[in-house]
Formats: sequence, C-alpha cells, structure tokens
Amino acid sequence: MLNIYCPHCSEMRSEEEFHAHGQAHIARPEDPGACSDAEWGDYIFFRDNPRGIHHELWVHSAGCRKFFNATRHTVTYEILETYKIGEKPSVTEASVAAAKASAEGVTA
Amino acid sequence: MSNVNVYKQRPDAAQAESPLFHASLHELVGKGSRNAGVNLREKKLLGHLTLRGDASDPTFASGVHSALGMELPVALTLTSSGDTSLQWMSPDEWLLIVPSGEEFAVEQKLREALAGQHISIVNVSGGQTLLELSGSKVREVLMKSTSYDVHPSNFPVGKAVATHFAKAQLVIRHTGEHTWELVIRRSFSDYFWLWLQDASAEFGLNISQ
Repeated sequence: MLNIYCPHCSEMRSEEEFHAHGQAHIARPEDPGACSDAEWGDYIFFRDNPRGIHHELWVHSAGCRKFFNATRHTVTYEILETYKIGEKPSVTEASVAAAKASAEGVTA
Repeated sequence: MSNVNVYKQRPDAAQAESPLFHASLHELVGKGSRNAGVNLREKKLLGHLTLRGDASDPTFASGVHSALGMELPVALTLTSSGDTSLQWMSPDEWLLIVPSGEEFAVEQKLREALAGQHISIVNVSGGQTLLELSGSKVREVLMKSTSYDVHPSNFPVGKAVATHFAKAQLVIRHTGEHTWELVIRRSFSDYFWLWLQDASAEFGLNISQ
C-alpha cells in the first residue's frame, strides 16, 4: 500500500483515498479567442508523457476533497513531494539533474 | 445577507424518518448479546449544517465564535460543546451538528453573524445520519473495516477523519475512549448497517436507543 502526504490534512493517507487528475501547471490561454487551432488543441488535448519527473494534479477525494500537486517519478512511482495549488515545486527535472551532477562530481 | 431561501426543512407537523427507519432499530433494543463488545445507537434526525468560509479571515472566525460560542477546529479535529459539535472537513469547510430541531435557528444565527461575508451554509440534515458505536471492541470493528490507522496514538479522542470504510466512504469521529461516531450518507446507511452487523457479530452487537 502506498501512502501519500496530503498537504491539506498534513498527514500520510492511503493511496486509495486519492485520485490522479493528470498533468499539473497547465495554464489556460489568456485569450482563447486569439489562439490558433494548434495552440487551443495543444491546451485541451495534448499532455506530456515524460520518463522521469512529472508534476501531477491529485485530489484527496475520500478525505478533504481538495486538489493538490504531486511530483512523481514515472519510472519508480516514487512521489518526491506534494504541494498545494499555487505553490511552485521544489523538486524539478533541473533540480534532480543538478543534484545528480554534484553527487557524481563528489564521487569522481 | 444574501438572498438565500432559508426555510425550515423539517416542519414540526411532518413525521420524519431517519435513514435507518426501515431497520426498525427500536425493536432490536435489548435483543442483542448480553456482554456485547459493540453497542450501536443511531443519533437520528439531528441537524447537520455544512459551513464554508475562509478560515484565515479573522472576521469569519470571530463571526462563527459569536454565533456558536465555539472556535473553528483545526485540521482533522472536532470541537464540541454539549450536544453541538463542529468538525473540520477541509480547509474551508466544517460540519456543524446541532440537536434535532435547532438547525433552522442556528442557521439563521450564523447567517446574521456572517452577513456580508463570502460564506455558504447548507442544511444537509436529510442527507446524512450519525451512528454512535461504543464498547471495548469498537476499535476492532473499525480495524476490520477501514485502512486508516485507528490506534489511539494516531487517532486520539477529538480527532475526526473522512476516509474509506468497507467499500464506501464516511467520516469517523473519536468522541470518547471507547466511543466513536460515524457520519454516514443516507444512501449508504443500509450498506453500513448490514456491514456493521456482520463485522461486529464476533464481538456481540447490542442496539441501544
């Protein structure tokens, strides 16, 4: 059983209480009328499918019923952090790459 | 005050039926096992109000305090005063349970105290009910039914969580050392009633009124 930290309830809860809602941080175009079909189609339908760090929208549907963001590794399924809507992730592709580079620098 | 249609949803003259009316719990009182490990009581037809507002706004918190005489509880907790209880449901939502028949007056009082603010008060009395489980084996029944850790170190008295229970969802409230309350949806009440009978059969179940 996987436990996920809910930033609203401030405790670890069972995965079965949560639902994933896909990619996070998708900004709605300021002026939808000015979008080209390609831009609008990209916003509505197209999502990233990375192999590695992925920022996702989750909802604590059986608990506080609030949405929050989670940073998950799509290969290991490790959830690196969860944070409230409106906050910026502290773990990103760049931060993980930098940490890896410095670790390799130390060992080399 | 916003132009909300606030009215007495359960008129005095009408005969109200609790969600477990069909189970005729009153006929089962005293017919359970003698040394029952689990006592079940439906706290029926109470007034349930869902209150929403901005917890970080001091005028909202003070308005609630002036209307109810209770502080807004913090995450995953429950405060109670007499038969009235206020429970945290989510960062901007609380469940207020008041004695039967008082919900209309309390709602009006709250609306008056919170007039002009961005709030919501909804009477959900008809949609849910409260089951009280007491006895030495209640925790064993809960352990069989939910994945949430109900050990006192994780679930002290005064805590309340919404979680999965059997194959449905509800709210578990720890109100006394051996007393727990379940807030259940009307549509799930029969399922929970059947589930609880089965889950507590090995410890002995007694229905009280």
